[in-house]
Amino acid sequence: MNRRAADRGHVDVVAALVAVAAFALLPWALTGPGQSGLGLMLAGRWPLPLPVLAAALAAVLAFASPQQAMGRLVMIGAGLASFVLYGFFARHIDGGPMLSWGLGAAIVFAALVLLGSRAAAVAGAFKADRWVATTTIAILASVIVFVFFPVVRVLASAFVDGSGVIDLGLASRRLFSPDIWTLACLYSEGGCGVVANTILLGLLAGVVSTLLGLAFALLAVRGGARNSKLFDAMSILPIITPPFVIALALVILFGRTGIVTTFLDDWFDIPRSRWIYGLSGVLIAQVLSQTPLSYLILRGALQGIAPSLEEAAQTLRASRMHIFRTVTWPLLRPAVAAAFLLGFVESLSDFGNPLVLGGSFEVLSTKIFFAVAGAQHDPGRAAILALILLVLTLSAFWLQMVWLGKKSYVTVTGKGDSGIPAPLPSGVRFAALGVVVPWIILTLVVYGIIAVGGFVVDIGRGDMTTTWKHFSTGFSVELGQNGLFFSGSAWDSFFITVMVSAVAAPLTAIVGLLTAYVLSRHDFKGKRTFEFLTMLSFAIPGTVIGVAYIVAFNVPPIEITGTGLILIICFVFRNMPVGVRSGIAALSQIDKSLDEASTTLGAKTGTTVRRVTLPLLKPAIVATLVFSFVHAMTAVSAIVFLVTARYNMATAYIVNRVEAGEFALAIAYSSLLILFMLAVVLLIQLVVGERKIGRRSVAAKPAAPPVTSGIGAR
Amino acid sequence: MIIRFPFRQAAFGAFAALGLGAMSAPALAQGEVVVYCSVQEEWCRPMMQAFERKTGIKVSMTRKSSGETFAQIKAEAANPRGDVWWGGTGDPHLQAAEEGITEEYRSPMLAELLPWATRQAEQSKFRTVGIYAGALGFSFNTQQLARKRLPEPKCWADLAKADYKDEVQVADPNSSGTAYTKVATLVQLMGEAKAFEFMKAMHKNVNQYTKSGAAPARAAATGESLIGITFLHDAVAQAVGGAPVKVVPPCEGTGYEIGSMSIIKGAKNMENAKKFYDFALSAESQALGAQAKSYQVPSNKSAPVPPEAPKLSDIKLIDYDFAKYGSSAERTRLLAKWDAEIRNAPKR
Repeated sequence: MNRRAADRGHVDVVAALVAVAAFALLPWALTGPGQSGLGLMLAGRWPLPLPVLAAALAAVLAFASPQQAMGRLVMIGAGLASFVLYGFFARHIDGGPMLSWGLGAAIVFAALVLLGSRAAAVAGAFKADRWVATTTIAILASVIVFVFFPVVRVLASAFVDGSGVIDLGLASRRLFSPDIWTLACLYSEGGCGVVANTILLGLLAGVVSTLLGLAFALLAVRGGARNSKLFDAMSILPIITPPFVIALALVILFGRTGIVTTFLDDWFDIPRSRWIYGLSGVLIAQVLSQTPLSYLILRGALQGIAPSLEEAAQTLRASRMHIFRTVTWPLLRPAVAAAFLLGFVESLSDFGNPLVLGGSFEVLSTKIFFAVAGAQHDPGRAAILALILLVLTLSAFWLQMVWLGKKSYVTVTGKGDSGIPAPLPSGVRFAALGVVVPWIILTLVVYGIIAVGGFVVDIGRGDMTTTWKHFSTGFSVELGQNGLFFSGSAWDSFFITVMVSAVAAPLTAIVGLLTAYVLSRHDFKGKRTFEFLTMLSFAIPGTVIGVAYIVAFNVPPIEITGTGLILIICFVFRNMPVGVRSGIAALSQIDKSLDEASTTLGAKTGTTVRRVTLPLLKPAIVATLVFSFVHAMTAVSAIVFLVTARYNMATAYIVNRVEAGEFALAIAYSSLLILFMLAVVLLIQLVVGERKIGRRSVAAKPAAPPVTSGIGAR
Repeated sequence: MIIRFPFRQAAFGAFAALGLGAMSAPALAQGEVVVYCSVQEEWCRPMMQAFERKTGIKVSMTRKSSGETFAQIKAEAANPRGDVWWGGTGDPHLQAAEEGITEEYRSPMLAELLPWATRQAEQSKFRTVGIYAGALGFSFNTQQLARKRLPEPKCWADLAKADYKDEVQVADPNSSGTAYTKVATLVQLMGEAKAFEFMKAMHKNVNQYTKSGAAPARAAATGESLIGITFLHDAVAQAVGGAPVKVVPPCEGTGYEIGSMSIIKGAKNMENAKKFYDFALSAESQALGAQAKSYQVPSNKSAPVPPEAPKLSDIKLIDYDFAKYGSSAERTRLLAKWDAEIRNAPKR
């Protein structure tokens, strides 16, 4: 390729120059007096310049002989080794105090990674594609630093006792403790172990939310356009609902003194009970928040299925039921698997609902939290439980891969499709309506409670006197001499939450979609491992991430606890897998021939990406932006340990309100957050726009859907 | 085709770099103190404001439950972020003292404190000190009781009676310090064998082991449960809020918690931390609790006891052995035993 030949290491030289400049000018450490690397070196920290020197030498080699890689790789390897070793063991190497990596160090590290990946590409890795090499290795490096390193660090504590000595006997006692594994509920009056509970809940939540989502999606896409507006509107709600609120509303409705319970007791003599606390309540709450997501995934897939395939079957005289079974359903399989997997995994990592509604029904996520923060204070036990949860989640991903196999699910090709989607068989339609309608009513009632709850004194006790008290406590604004003064107690956390989420969302989208692009469009050695590592953070429960971040990032070389940065990084790497999955799902539906056609017609790569790939990726971009923004605003378990006085988050504030029994203020704050996130979602939708496939549209375009294809399958 | 122009790579490198350097750690200026607050937020805020007003020292306050705070201080031990840990039940404070992650300090204010507070300090080698006390007990919903025509429960023993089947709520001792205090109290009150027998009997009446210690008070207030076992001041707060509950100190006697305060070892603002510590032990600052609807009994002799607070003098208090039952060995043992014998025991 001529471009490659044209490049004679200019990029490498620029990168090395930047590294040298950063070393000489920018503050090396994050904390401290702000000396540059050069300054510190002159003050006696002799190993500091080694990585920079390595970078410079590698660049010289690249310039001198662009086709030779070995020397550069050795150089970079040595540079990285000296960088990392000195970071972790400065005290042992030159006796000076540990240095935290700051801006200067970060740039030097980035330059080393860039130079290394280019050298690796020259050596033949990544099919000699430098862009893929750089992207992959850069993502890999950040995933290793911000996911792998902290998690391994905290999981290692499963194998040590309180004083830090390795104790395998203790580890196995922790692992085989009966309260984790017992299946007593199957054959006796006793309760089951936490693993059985968690799996049961996850399976139920996955299956039920997928089926409900499928019913909604079928009705929306194939059941006539009238439904879909309502569905789309409703489908946004649970996504933008902060945790706890649905659970609180369910208690208010179905608790023993709940509104519905009281009504049933007064009018029909149905005795009051506490059925809502436990498996049933948690399941309802999880399905309420999962169904919309699976609806969005399945609707995206249904829309993507080319009607001509079904029309072909119809022409061959297949019945509508037969077509559904043999054409539509098989094409839906990846999306169904994705919806189920998402439901299962989200249920596993859900923390808020089991906390409020779990009763004596224990799941892993809460048990982990309380092993750390409860009266036990046993991080080792938490680590074992986290390990089990991790294995469960990863098995789910593995099973999904096995089930889907390596079939092709390409449905969006360049060959313009002019078909009209077949309407649903009426049996399926009525069955779908039968589950959808009651569910809609339930959802509306739950949100009715949330809407009203903030404006009355105490909805939980039935005190329905209207009041503005809760809003004025949280959100009063005074007009002082210096303009507006936000005196409400919730404002600080609100502003920080918005800022952190707004920074994290686009970063998540960029990292996630780049990863997806590399994974779906390029083949290279170690791709499976790379994919696994990028998905890892999704499988790790929030509580574990939170504790891991504090333990790993509170001391040099990476010392970022107590900053807003740690929150942003936490969100980017926690939500990145969603960007990856939705990007892959979208890309696997788009035929490569579209790219090729564009190139054949003389478009440059940039033009192809801008005019072909990106527009087709719009749903994935929107999905990732919305998801990461909203999840950053509503995450709880991961950030409970990371928030500080200066960087407090809305959810942490709400958790405190719930703990204090102030349901009304929690609900008031939540309803405000819901409105805010709604506005943001609509804004993202408006800015990015929607993709249009096919020339003929069926009736009028449905209302702007918020998210298409959340986590897609491969 | 592959996008391939170096600008993107440069941008990527810059992104990675920006990620690390964009926001730097907040520098701790002079005249600051970082407080981890483990009482209710309503109490945290006026307390911090009062200290700021009095001393001009800027307070950065984070509110978290005592368990979360303990976990955080432990995780941060290599490089402490906080200076003072104010409030929260005594056990995690004692454990922190035991593990040496809090600092020894003999405040000149110790002389002004009630004996139970100074004893807490002596037991921990002056690494923590009592700032308030609250007795354990239960509360019941008067409306529900009348509707069900049940007798008023007055004693611990009543809670095991078949009358109250499925009507008692208490937190899970694994997650809640309140519930652990209950286990330790019963063990000290009845002896270990009897106490576990009693808890097994009461287990049949327990409708839910909640995660949060104060939740049963709320459940009793709304009628979700007839009876909730909590610290009495949590129940009092519900009663003051207008809920139809009656607060009961058990007739056999009961244990109590000592809400505590510790200075974190290696605190970056040690001088200010000590100033805060002394302030928090003064009668003036301890009067703030009642205004914030926290009805614990303050530890300073001359601090006014809120009229709503359950009078410790009217309650039969046991001689709670904080040193023994606050130690992590004893706690781990009791919790394991509770897990094995009570949690999954059959309900019939």
